[in-house]
Amino acid sequence: MKATDRRQFLKIAGSSLGIGVLYSAYPATRARGEGEGLFSALSKANGERVASFSFVQLSDAHVGFNGPPDPLGTKAFERAVDMINALPQHPDLVLFTGDLTHDTEDRDVHVQRMKQFQEISQRINVPVIRHVAGEHDAGLDSGALYREFFGDSYYSFDHRGVHFVALDNVSRAKPEVGTEQLEWLKKDLARFPKSAPIVVFTHRPLFDLRSDWEWFTSDGDDVMNILSAYDNVTVLYGHIHRDDEHQIGAVHHYAARSLIFAFPDPTGVAGPRKPIPFDKDHPFKNLGIRNVSFNGKPQPGSQSISVDDIELTAREFRGINGVHQLLRNPNV
Amino acid sequence: MFRVKLFTPALLTIWCFSSLTMLTGTSRVQADDVPVVEIAAKRFAFSPDKITLKKGQTVKIRLHSEDVTHGFFLRPLKLDEQIPAGQTTEVTVTPQVAGTFTTICDHFCGANHGNMNMTIVVQ
Repeated sequence: MKATDRRQFLKIAGSSLGIGVLYSAYPATRARGEGEGLFSALSKANGERVASFSFVQLSDAHVGFNGPPDPLGTKAFERAVDMINALPQHPDLVLFTGDLTHDTEDRDVHVQRMKQFQEISQRINVPVIRHVAGEHDAGLDSGALYREFFGDSYYSFDHRGVHFVALDNVSRAKPEVGTEQLEWLKKDLARFPKSAPIVVFTHRPLFDLRSDWEWFTSDGDDVMNILSAYDNVTVLYGHIHRDDEHQIGAVHHYAARSLIFAFPDPTGVAGPRKPIPFDKDHPFKNLGIRNVSFNGKPQPGSQSISVDDIELTAREFRGINGVHQLLRNPNV
Repeated sequence: MFRVKLFTPALLTIWCFSSLTMLTGTSRVQADDVPVVEIAAKRFAFSPDKITLKKGQTVKIRLHSEDVTHGFFLRPLKLDEQIPAGQTTEVTVTPQVAGTFTTICDHFCGANHGNMNMTIVVQ
């Protein structure tokens, strides 16, 4: 194995979709042919060849919400679905970062909202959709109904060499992960090398973005301490209904826009949080769609994704042994 | 439950609490003579919605939930309390930072939870 094979093995880039975010993960070798030996070895050893792929993050649809900031209900969500289906390259998976539905104390109504969310999301032409809950899905019943529909509230899976971790920071009603989940996270990550590419997706930010707007996770520092043992970590979250990029140490945090209404820039507003008012002349403003291109190159007929690639993970990926561990079947 | 109407500014508020507490006998006298501020939590508001405290002066905040479980969270003053449904809890605080702060309910309590907040002014 040449030393150069071990450099920049995997890179993930993301582009804002306006109503979501599409990320592209691709091998980032420096020259043509470099890394081929590594890829072949991996393919032989694991049966899964590391390859480019893309995924979409959607967030905060609040199905069932009916209020002044957005009288259009699920229109933006449905528009996002159409837009994803029209992408020239179909994503491998969709990650939904919480507040799939709006809360209600009437269980039957909440059941209908969960069903409506499923009905719309199942229109997305994508093999895999993964979710985490938001407080509006799970805050009133400790996540019981959410789990009936979507399964465990925290879990992990591997996809083409990237380890995805779903964290639940809403089911305990307060903005926290809790000791049980922290212990689970340690065990889940223990099998990975320091260089493993890890994508954490959750609802609330894991850092103090604006604590008086409840834009924080009280034990987020404990989560980050666990993640700090790894070089290539990206955190995707929702909750704040706006774009945000933040870096703490080597970890990059990215928020997606919502599919219902937007909140303002927290750095420019004093006092309590208030949504940006609905603009009937521009109903999808702040939820809007941007022109798409991959790697900065516009493609005919494409619809969205900005030209500005956001580099999520560009640190070196070192060591073929680590990759073996990363791609192994976690059930073995 | 004994309720005291709050007055601002806070120094007056605190003085009134101490005096009323001792005069009426409907609330226990603080052995350590720490002023008491009472705050009620009910979906989706705190009452009163604004209090004023004095920097460096210790005060006891008595929190009562009139319905479901609520939170009482303010990072700059290191306040992070849970108020169980229908119960009362107390927290003692000595503000060290002057300013106007938004205190939030951080225990999800329903559809308008995100707007449940109050103001604490520290002078």
